[in-house]
Amino acid sequence: MKIIVPVKQVPEVAEVKVNPETGTLIRDGVPSILNPFDELAVEEAIRIKEAHGGDDSEVTVITMGPPQAVDVLYKAMAMGADKAVHMTDRIFAGADTWVTALTLAEQIRKMEFDLIICGKQAIDGDTAQVGPEIAEILRIPQICYVRKVEISEDGKFVTAHRETDEGYEVVKAKLPVLLTATKGLNEPRLPNIMGIMKAKKKPLEVVDAEKLGVSEDRLGLKGSPTTVRKVFPPEQRAGGIKIDGENPKEAARQLVEFLAKKGVI
Amino acid sequence: MGLIYDKDKCTGCMLCIKACNFAAIEKDGDKVKFDFDKCVLCGSCEEVCPADAILIERQTVDKEAIAQYNDVWVVTEIHDGRLRSVSYELVTKARDLADKLGEKVVALLLGHEVESLAESLIHQGADKVLVVDDKILADYTTDAFTIAVTSLITSRKPAIVLYGATSNGRDLAPRVAARLALGLTADCTGLDIDDERQLVQTRPAFGGNIMAEILCPYTRPQMATVRPNVFKPTEPDTSRTGEIEKVDFSISPVQVRTRVLEKVSEVVEGMKSVEEADIIVCSGRGIKDPSNLELPKELAKLLDAAIGGSRPIVDLGWLPPTQQVGQSGRTVSPKLYFALGISGAIQHCAGMSSSEIIVAINKDEEAPIFELADFGIVGDIFAIVPEIIEEIKRVKAER
Ligand SMILES: Cc1cc2nc3c(=O)[nH]c(=O)nc-3n(C[C@H](O)[C@H](O)[C@H](O)COP(=O)(O)OP(=O)(O)OC[C@H]3O[C@@H](n4cnc5c(N)ncnc54)[C@H](O)[C@@H]3O)c2cc1C
Ligand SMILES: Nc1ncnc2c1ncn2[C@@H]1O[C@H](COP(=O)(O)O)[C@@H](O)[C@H]1O
Repeated sequence: MKIIVPVKQVPEVAEVKVNPETGTLIRDGVPSILNPFDELAVEEAIRIKEAHGGDDSEVTVITMGPPQAVDVLYKAMAMGADKAVHMTDRIFAGADTWVTALTLAEQIRKMEFDLIICGKQAIDGDTAQVGPEIAEILRIPQICYVRKVEISEDGKFVTAHRETDEGYEVVKAKLPVLLTATKGLNEPRLPNIMGIMKAKKKPLEVVDAEKLGVSEDRLGLKGSPTTVRKVFPPEQRAGGIKIDGENPKEAARQLVEFLAKKGVI
Repeated sequence: MGLIYDKDKCTGCMLCIKACNFAAIEKDGDKVKFDFDKCVLCGSCEEVCPADAILIERQTVDKEAIAQYNDVWVVTEIHDGRLRSVSYELVTKARDLADKLGEKVVALLLGHEVESLAESLIHQGADKVLVVDDKILADYTTDAFTIAVTSLITSRKPAIVLYGATSNGRDLAPRVAARLALGLTADCTGLDIDDERQLVQTRPAFGGNIMAEILCPYTRPQMATVRPNVFKPTEPDTSRTGEIEKVDFSISPVQVRTRVLEKVSEVVEGMKSVEEADIIVCSGRGIKDPSNLELPKELAKLLDAAIGGSRPIVDLGWLPPTQQVGQSGRTVSPKLYFALGISGAIQHCAGMSSSEIIVAINKDEEAPIFELADFGIVGDIFAIVPEIIEEIKRVKAER
């Protein structure tokens, strides 16, 4: 079983702050992490490999990102992924989801795979689009937002619990398939010292635009159908009334009066 | 590559430094320098530069090709034999966009034996409903719906296509986008038309820390998934008339590569969906014990509200996952949101900060939720919520 896991390095969004005066993102000192949903994907890939491993089984992690994004590849390899591909080139910069998917898919196309597992979404952009777009470019089926995955005995089919708005549905498909991992799929392991040491010796391939062999016009910002016209801080909610609840009856009276005035109750 | 900076043209006015939202430009003597690890090529600097010293390389727009695309489409979604409320919200918004463009609103109704729903979309504001009725569309599958939507788009050339940002909408839209090599903007909370008749799509990013306006200048249709509950549907006008067109085409079962074996609902009997409710009573770890949930439930019942929970409450299994609000749960924007014993972590707020009115009750005066709350009470939920229930009952009885 050959499994590919696209992973992304993201800022720890909980620590991203906006400078209230300038409206700019303060990203200095904000730690970069392996996207939490991708951690679920890596964990699941390792588990599937362990359960269905033939000798030729392997988990490959792949990222498109700046030089420092290599950290998330090492983290995934420390967890147990076997090898990594780092797609990095200034030409890749500014890619929207379609070009990101295209860039990753053109590389994945050259590799062998039975299963691709993405995270549900990257917590910086929150789009949840790159996974399905990779699946479409590679012309394989997808099962998104999976909470549970089972591979058939013969290793030919996958059955997954896909989260829906009301609950979940059980979906079956023949491999190769692309899955996207959501919360509840597993508890990702923490890499141990042994894993971290081993990761350093695992194969890491670096791919730039030239090696990928896709023309510059189709990559990065230039290839992207969407453009960001403007970014701005969200309207700050002017934290409104705040009262002391020492006297619960009085607090309740004031609240209900406020809500009635607003016409919501 | 990407951004070209012409040092010779630069007058050193430093306006670009102010315009950059990502702190990617720095003063460098009497000129500037760019940090490409921070730059996202958003173009804010290019726009403010009075000397045209900054150029972002982009594609060129083929005006003639783009002019062939007209009308605003809504891909509606059926659940349990009825249209989801987001479909009506989108038709309402599409009406507004189409009026600005002087074009038509077309709703796509895909399913099996669904034609009876078409009328309601016209009442909501659609000029035309395209009905694709096929057994294979009875249940949502990525493949069947992608084939249906892409072939309609290819043959009829809409300018804009909107999808609800539901589990199925967000599964389908990127698939269609990739098949047609189109841009797609995820989970929009604002839509408008600019002077150049382009769709301006506004969406939050970085966990809601920043908003971005996104355009699709080079390709058509312009496509977006739109967050449920953001646009309010107008009152349906039952006197409105429009065209209902049945589109014939068949999708072969072999083209559908996934099989839905079972559908499991986790919606608890009598528990409203947080996405569709006007009022949500949401509890956090401050509720302490599952038996204490009776209190928010009583308040919810009184207000005909949905019950929600922060992530820890759902992780503990006290409420089903369908009721979790936040980044890894549901995004909601009700008229009224009660946060009971919720600290207001950014991941939670990302899912509820667009609520119209937020009420927070928390013992901790410093809890970040108070920064969002329109009405905050510093105090104990177990002392205050029963009083709120009494007071609402009293006020209601007086009316
Ligand atoms: C990738 C990621 C995704 C996440 N996604 C989500 C998400 O989707 N949704 C979500 O909610 N969280 C999410 N989280 C978790 C989030 O960071 C917080 O941990 C969580 O929201 C905290 O929940 P809470 O406010 O209920 O609990 P706490 O932070 O423990 O807050 C409890 C609050 O209750 C107050 N309190 C206690 N007793 C009382 C009382 N008797 N009366 C009044 N007040 C009282 C306390 O003062 C405290 O402020 C995510 C985290 C990560 C890393
Ligand atoms: N630059 C990238 N490199 C590798 N994988 C990515 C990249 N961007 C997104 N992905 C994958 O696609 C998923 C969805 O990302 P997004 O569509 O950006 O929310 C992520 O969880 C990753 O698995």
